[in-house]
Amino acid sequence: MKILVCITHVPDTTSRIAFVNNNSEFDSNGVQYIIGPYEDYALARAVELKEELGGSITVLHVGGAEADPTIRKALAIGADDAIRVNAQPEDSYYVAQQIYAIAKDDSYDLILMGRESIDYNGGQVHGMVGALMNIPSISPVMQLNIENGVAKITREIEGGKELIEVPLPFVAGCQEPIAEWKIPNMRGIMSARSKPLQVVEPVDSDTMTSTLKFQLPPAKGSIKMIDADKVEELVALLKNEAKVL
Amino acid sequence: MSILVFVEGDQGKIKNSSREAVTYASSIDQSSVVALALGSFEASELEQLGTNGANSVLHASSERLNEGIIQVYAEVLTKAMEECGAHTLVLAKSALGDAVAARTSILSNAGMASNVVALPDLSDGFSVMRSIYSGKAFAHVKLKGANRILILKKNTVELKTNGEPAQIVQFSPELNQEGFSTTITATERVSGEVLLPEADIVVSGGRGLKGPENWHLIEDLASALGAATGCSKPVSDMEWRPHHEHVGQTGIKVSPSLYIAIGISGAIQHLAGVNSSKVIVVINKDPDAPFFKSADYGIVGDAFEVVPKLTEAINASK
Repeated sequence: MKILVCITHVPDTTSRIAFVNNNSEFDSNGVQYIIGPYEDYALARAVELKEELGGSITVLHVGGAEADPTIRKALAIGADDAIRVNAQPEDSYYVAQQIYAIAKDDSYDLILMGRESIDYNGGQVHGMVGALMNIPSISPVMQLNIENGVAKITREIEGGKELIEVPLPFVAGCQEPIAEWKIPNMRGIMSARSKPLQVVEPVDSDTMTSTLKFQLPPAKGSIKMIDADKVEELVALLKNEAKVL
Repeated sequence: MSILVFVEGDQGKIKNSSREAVTYASSIDQSSVVALALGSFEASELEQLGTNGANSVLHASSERLNEGIIQVYAEVLTKAMEECGAHTLVLAKSALGDAVAARTSILSNAGMASNVVALPDLSDGFSVMRSIYSGKAFAHVKLKGANRILILKKNTVELKTNGEPAQIVQFSPELNQEGFSTTITATERVSGEVLLPEADIVVSGGRGLKGPENWHLIEDLASALGAATGCSKPVSDMEWRPHHEHVGQTGIKVSPSLYIAIGISGAIQHLAGVNSSKVIVVINKDPDAPFFKSADYGIVGDAFEVVPKLTEAINASK
């Protein structure tokens, strides 16, 4: 089983979101970066599948050298080697083209990523890579098993789930509870230092979108507290003031 | 030039979020909205899309399209864009819509934006405002390419219901066999409940409810309000409730008119799933629960006492 896991390098979920330079750039000052939580699930499942079926795991990231510690963490969790495409991830289309350029010549059985990045929440790259490679793409995937070369997948739908069978290879956008997050142990951290991290230059690609500016939501007004013995006041406020009932 | 809107059904009914997408498209150009429905639907259900702003409905009624196979749907959407000369495709955000639109963007050479929250700005090209960082910020994004695909967040426009019924046009695209290598072997869908992402009101419970056996408190309140039920991540992790009810950063992100959180402290990861709600009510016995900082209305009190009283007051006010 040859598995490619594509990871993002994103602000920690508790980060304060702010912008600088006239709202044209994200303010990364003091922000802690992590592997995107959805890709953390994908990677954890990849490690389990490798334990079960054998094979190898390659981690792929499109981004600058600032992401190298995040990539090393993925190696510590259990990936065998890593590729970093040395380019800023301009938009989903551009990233998908870079992943396609790497994946089309290497016959991966599985291409796993998160259902979406937690910075732009696009949820587009898995579908784009699937279409570029002309193989199936399935998302959001909450269970993934491989039996005799066929993947058995549970995909979340509104109000329930769908059971899917799909032949390899394919692209999956993963989410919980596909696997438990894995915390790297000391042996993993030590061995990650010597695992190969190959840096490659990007292929030429257009972008399909450009960000003009960022904006923060208006600040929330102050809260109105209602006495626990007077719940009918809350009902009246929701009806007459908030007008949501 | 028409605008194509992919509409989704749930148990035979067109989803409200899809109807909103039709209204959104008609707000861009009310003369050229084509809704696209795949698989079996009653004609009356499709005609009614006209009341939401569709000028016509393209219906690919093949039973082979009854199941939402992502690869197959993306090919059909691309063919439908060509069929009606549409340069813009609009969809409501959903598990299926998200996955299908991404593939379609490659097949149709379209610039794409997800989580769109406002009508486009056409003053200089085509740009949209979209939610990013799980609702903590917005980006204004210009779309390039010959075509465009927009995925809308719920509650982006007020649903229009006063239009004329739409005419249905049959559409029989050739279906590429390749996509059917993916098979959907079973679908498990709780019946009768309001779908969480579709709901206009959501009632969620957290660890403060103390156990799954107490969920009738949440369900009774939800039923009085016609609301969907949700839960926090710990509740879904402990399997008190199914995963598709988990609201938050790594679960479902909702944007209802009213979100009522009961016994949920309001960790930042939970707020990421609810911060696009119009009005937030928090009920918690801990006056220092961080959720109160993000709420519009709050009650400090024991859920086991407050919630039954609230359900009673709602029923009495009807």
